[in-house]
Amino acid sequence: MKRFLIPFGIFVALVLFLGVGLKLNPREIPSPFIGKPAPTFKLTQLNDADKTIAPADMLGKVWILNVWASWCVSCREEHPALMDLSRMNVVPIIGLNYKDTRAEGVGTLQQFGNPYAVSGFDDKGRVGIDYGVYGVPETFVIDRSGVIRMKYIGALTPQIISQQLLPLIKELNRA
Amino acid sequence: MRKLLTAACLVLLIAQTCVQAQTQSAVADAAGTNPALEKHVLAVSEQLRCLVCQNQTIADSHADLAVDLRNQVREKIQQGQTDQEIFDYMVARYGDFVMYRPPLHISTVLLWFGPFLLLFGGLFFLAKKLRGRRSEEPELSEAELRRSKQLLATLSESSSDNKEMP
Repeated sequence: MKRFLIPFGIFVALVLFLGVGLKLNPREIPSPFIGKPAPTFKLTQLNDADKTIAPADMLGKVWILNVWASWCVSCREEHPALMDLSRMNVVPIIGLNYKDTRAEGVGTLQQFGNPYAVSGFDDKGRVGIDYGVYGVPETFVIDRSGVIRMKYIGALTPQIISQQLLPLIKELNRA
Repeated sequence: MRKLLTAACLVLLIAQTCVQAQTQSAVADAAGTNPALEKHVLAVSEQLRCLVCQNQTIADSHADLAVDLRNQVREKIQQGQTDQEIFDYMVARYGDFVMYRPPLHISTVLLWFGPFLLLFGGLFFLAKKLRGRRSEEPELSEAELRRSKQLLATLSESSSDNKEMP
């Protein structure tokens, strides 16, 4: 009996490991940004090339930075959820229009609606690199002192917003 | 057999052209510039993982991000930054995952030494098993040895007897 128990134990352990491995998302790479100050940038606004937007403008507020592009299919997917979040009026959403053209970026917002207070226009994707962006859409939650508290890669869903984003924002606003 | 051989050759040929195409494309986006610089860019790029297609380096990948990062590497080399400075820059943005050869940390100890642990564990287990088996075999006493030789002798005799039978 003991002879079978050991291989069986090893087998069960292996199945457990593989099972957990299956549940993991290989796209989710631990971000080195959590708890670090948001990288600075100064970009022209998507809708108005004469105005700029910088993280420094948002100091004192809890805010969301959402990286998006007109060519990004998953951004369309999360768009309704972002619109809902924007209507709740609990947190300013700043867009980072990543590797896009001004015309197409503006066109997308006109066609589907604009959840952003402002969008920065990052046509070269330089700011994206500074934020470690590799899979648009990406969403950062930044606290009052300009520190990144959360990063979410991929399309936001109503569940993620209500279960992860909103509680965190509430907590940060209270702090 | 010949068909198999032709198929094998074909596969080899395709693989070769693919590899060629890949290395060419990696260099292509900067063709015509300083070859020493490009070699350096390629050497650094080969140590960085593309985060979009995670099993490729940014030297191999065609993803947009990989092209951007290669340009970033080129720019930084031109600015006179050392390789280590470039790696630090990438790790600060994309985490340790961006290094194709993961750095040795407490969190990566198992990754680095786990295979050796398994190897030595396996060897130890095997050695123990083999030694156990040897000691299990009962030693023959002098008398038993003599008797077994006798038995073997009669056996071979009887078998040779058998052969003579029609």
